[in-house]
This record gives sequence, structure tokens and C-alpha cells, in this order.
Amino acid sequence: MLSTVVEKLKTSLPASILEVKDFRSETTIHVKKDDIVKVSTFLRDDSDCLFEYLSDLCGADAYTPENRFEVVYNMYSISLKHRLRLKVFVEENDLHVPSVTTVWPGAGWPERETYDMFGIVFDGHNDLRRMYMPEEFEHFPLRKDFPLMGIPDSIPLPRK
Amino acid sequence: MLQKDTKKAEAGAATAVHEAEPKKSKILQALEDKDTSVQFTDPLENEMILNMGPQHPATHGVLRLLVKLDGETVVASVPELGYLHRGYEKLAENCSYHEFIPHTDRLDYISPLMNNTAYVLAVEKLLGVEAPRRAQFIRVIISELARISSHLLAVGALGLDIGAVTVFMWTFREREKLYDIFEQLTGARFTTSYTRIGGISQDMTDETKQAIQDFVTQFPPQLAECEGLLNRNRIFVERTDGVGVMSKEMAIAMGFSGPNLRGSGVAHDLRRSEPYLVYNELDFNIPVFNDGDSLARYYVRVNEIKESIGIVQQALDKIPAGPVHAFAPKKVLPQKERVYTKMEELIHDFMLINFGTAPPVGEVYHAVEGSKGELGFYIQSKGEGHPWRLKIRSPSFMNLQSLPLLLNGRMISDVVAIIGSIDPVMGEADK
Repeated sequence: MLSTVVEKLKTSLPASILEVKDFRSETTIHVKKDDIVKVSTFLRDDSDCLFEYLSDLCGADAYTPENRFEVVYNMYSISLKHRLRLKVFVEENDLHVPSVTTVWPGAGWPERETYDMFGIVFDGHNDLRRMYMPEEFEHFPLRKDFPLMGIPDSIPLPRK
Repeated sequence: MLQKDTKKAEAGAATAVHEAEPKKSKILQALEDKDTSVQFTDPLENEMILNMGPQHPATHGVLRLLVKLDGETVVASVPELGYLHRGYEKLAENCSYHEFIPHTDRLDYISPLMNNTAYVLAVEKLLGVEAPRRAQFIRVIISELARISSHLLAVGALGLDIGAVTVFMWTFREREKLYDIFEQLTGARFTTSYTRIGGISQDMTDETKQAIQDFVTQFPPQLAECEGLLNRNRIFVERTDGVGVMSKEMAIAMGFSGPNLRGSGVAHDLRRSEPYLVYNELDFNIPVFNDGDSLARYYVRVNEIKESIGIVQQALDKIPAGPVHAFAPKKVLPQKERVYTKMEELIHDFMLINFGTAPPVGEVYHAVEGSKGELGFYIQSKGEGHPWRLKIRSPSFMNLQSLPLLLNGRMISDVVAIIGSIDPVMGEADK
């Protein structure tokens, strides 16, 4: 089933796809960062893909000099009942990714959460604020270089 | 003298103005908190900003909601999360796969057994092990009991928010019986930590099975009584019918899931769409209602409770005898009896406890149909004993995202009814 999706994507947008991986019968497609909106719009609208439901969007920190961060899109098709995962790499010195809120409006909060936790900025998001941490907080907690115990005095206590 | 007085008065007025300036800005500062995008425009106009929570009893936990009101109508609303953020995803990266199981209890604390099951299923998919059939049946039973418990709370709390206090008492009476069963089964009422990677912590005894059977037998009339208080209750129906409407297309686009999605007319249930455990051997229906309002979501929940009773009954009838722990050396904890008597198992136990199980390098996402919706765990593994990255796809978080869509344009009195009908649990939404 998913081979048709991958084939179709490969024939329609060959320049956008970097790599296709298969693990435990789950397909992950690495996509060029700037093409993510194009690819997700195609996957949502194409009659063989129909990924109209974005299950989840999250970031991850590989902690490598190149391709340090990644943004992971877990999609599901309610009509065709299959899953697919997209992935884009984000460099540490260029933390901008195009937002997919135009494709799936439900990506709004997960993108805010990813911004909050990793500092990845989603261009085109209309309300990119921190999700959980206070707005004054300067660090990004889920990065690997953020210590588990936290950074002392990084959260100001309310003054009387 | 008179001159002096006026001078004094003038000076007083000047200082008063001077003092009023920072005071006013403090209030404004609080209202124009950077955490919110609601702007405090003109206090003399009709619009006012109301801050609900994070300690408001009707927001079901520590949900903070800022609503901008024009008279009694909600013009804009901003939910604010993070008051229960404990950083579980960071914690998960620093403890072994087994050590994280107790943390899953604290996600959706209304149905901990469901979270336990969802988490170990994701890890098992990563490891490539499968629990024995008896353990799978027990997992189905506990998942459905957790669903009943969660939906009973949702229905009762929705009634309570609207003013029907009796329903809340009656559903809690039933939930108390469920907690007794959980205690008998797992040893704890709330924080169950019952499942293990590759199985469950202890087998279900015949007494527990009988207790579950007794509950299933006596429960339907009790549920009918609760329903009788609400279904044709004019106040309840008028407070929920046509309130908080979510269209089918919008529900899918916004990532609605679970009973909320099915209340909007989408027949999507992961137990049927992507069968896990032994759900494809069991016979049950998926209740779907098309209205998309609070009443539809209530009906979905009540009907799902009835389906869950059927599932538990079937699972109790079909449950086979056998082990409840998979035999997979170096991946799954060995049996305690063998650890004390066999050298190999002792070594494996030592390695698993100290360094954790070693999955292959890779990433998996596994989702189950939780009581609130699609509960998924996305795990990235680098072959170590602890996850490199663990993302919890919490249904309450995604469901709450649509709250402004449901609230805007409604009356202030509908706010609690709509929050109640979405049934968020903040432990899960804030992670």
C-alpha cells in the first residue's frame, strides 16, 4: 500500500525527496526542508495518499554537528487507513522551517511546542509563542545540551 | 490657609496621579501578559477579559483560559497550558524503557491502565516482541475498564458542570467499584504501573476475574439510571444541543480524535482502523453521531461505555490460559523464580535492570485508541537502554487546540459545558 504512495511521490516530486527508510513496516521519508509545504500539500490532496490527518508533529535533537535538529511529521489517512512519517533536517545555525499550518491547521500547537522545546522557528505560523514554558524563559529544554536538573535561576520566581 | 490647602490638595492630586500610573500599568501588564494574545483594548467599552483558571474547578484541572467578553458573549479566547508541565519527554530520555512505565500513570491520570498499555505496545513494536495471548486479553480488559472509568468521569463531570450533581455522584459510585477492581488486580487504585514490556506484572487471579464479571453484570442497569437522568432532561439537552459545534472537515483538520471526532461524524477508531492486541477477534460497534455538538459527544461516550462492557464480557469469555510474560531473553525481564535459580536469567536480569533492554536503531510510532483519543508514542532509538527521544502524542493536547473554535460566539455559561464535553485531562495535555 505504502509503496504506491512512495512511488507516486517519487515520480511527482523527485527533487524533494532525499531518502526513504523502512523500519518495523513504518515508512519514513526524508524531505528537503524548503519543500515540506509542497510535499505535505501533495500528500494531503493526492487520491492515492489522502493524508488528511496530522497525528503528530515533533522535533528531535540528534546532537550531531550537521543536521542537528529534525522535525518529524506523523501523518495518518483516515480514508485509506495508512500511516507515513516525514522528516526534515534543520541546521543549528539556520533554525527556520516553513510552517505546515496552511496544510493542516491542527499543526499550530505542535509547532508551538516544538518551538518551545527546541527553538525551531516555523515561518508562516501566525501565533508562534511558547507552549509550556514562560515566555521570558531563554533556554530550550529538550535540547540535549540542556541539563536534566535544569538551569538554576532560569525561571524567575514571582516577586511580592 | 486656604491657599495652602489647595496647594496641598493639588500636590496630593499630583502624587495620586503619579501613583496611579504604575498601578494601572501593573493591571494592564497582567492582562496583557506576554503569554496571551488577547489585548486589553478599552476598559470603558463593553468588552472585558475574564481569566478562568488555572485553579477554576470547572476547567478540569489546571487549564487556564482567557476569554474576552462582549456582554455575555465570548468574542475571543486563549487557552494557556503548562501549569502541569513536568517534562516527561526529557525524563524519558534519562531513564530506561522499564523505568518510564510508572511515569505513564501520571499522564492521563483518569485511565492510567490505558497509558501503561499504549506505552509498552510502542516499546514492544520497537523491540520486536509480542506479549502472549493471555496478556493481550488482559490488556484489552484493562483498557476497556479504563475507558469505562474515564467516560464515566466525563459524563458525570459534564452533568456537574451543567448543574446535574446527582449524575456525578452516581457515576463516581460506579468508578469506585472499578477502582476496587484495579486495586485487586494491580495493587494500586490510581498509579497502577501494571504492564511490563512483553507482558504484565502479575497474572489476573480467578477472584479478580469474578469481580470484573460481577461488575459487568451489575453495571448496565446502573448506567441506564444515569442516562435516565440526562437523556431526556430538558435543561441538560438545551444546554448541550447545538452548543460547541465542530464540523466534520474541521475536526479532521484540527487533529480531533477519540469520542470528540466520532461526535463530529467521522467513523475513525484505531481499534478498527489499525487493530492492535486482539481487537480484531472481538465484536463491537463504533458509535458515531453526526451533529458535532456537546450532546453528540456525550452520546458517543455513553454508547462507547456500552460497547466497552460488551468487549470486556467477550474478552472474559475468550481469555485463554497460559503465560502472561513473553519469553525473549535479553529483551524482556525474566521470571523472578528463574532469576533466583538460573545463572543465565540472573545475568539477564542484572543487565536489563542496570543498562536497560537494547532495541535496534530505529524509530517507531504506535498509537492506540485511548479514552480521550489517539494516544501515541513516538520513540527514536539509538540502540541504547533508554530512548533517544520519546514523544507523547496526547489526545487532550490536540483536542484542546480547537477550544477557541468551539467557544467563540457562544455565551459565557456555555464555556464550562464545552470544556466538559471535550473532556481534557491536563496531566496528559501538559505532559
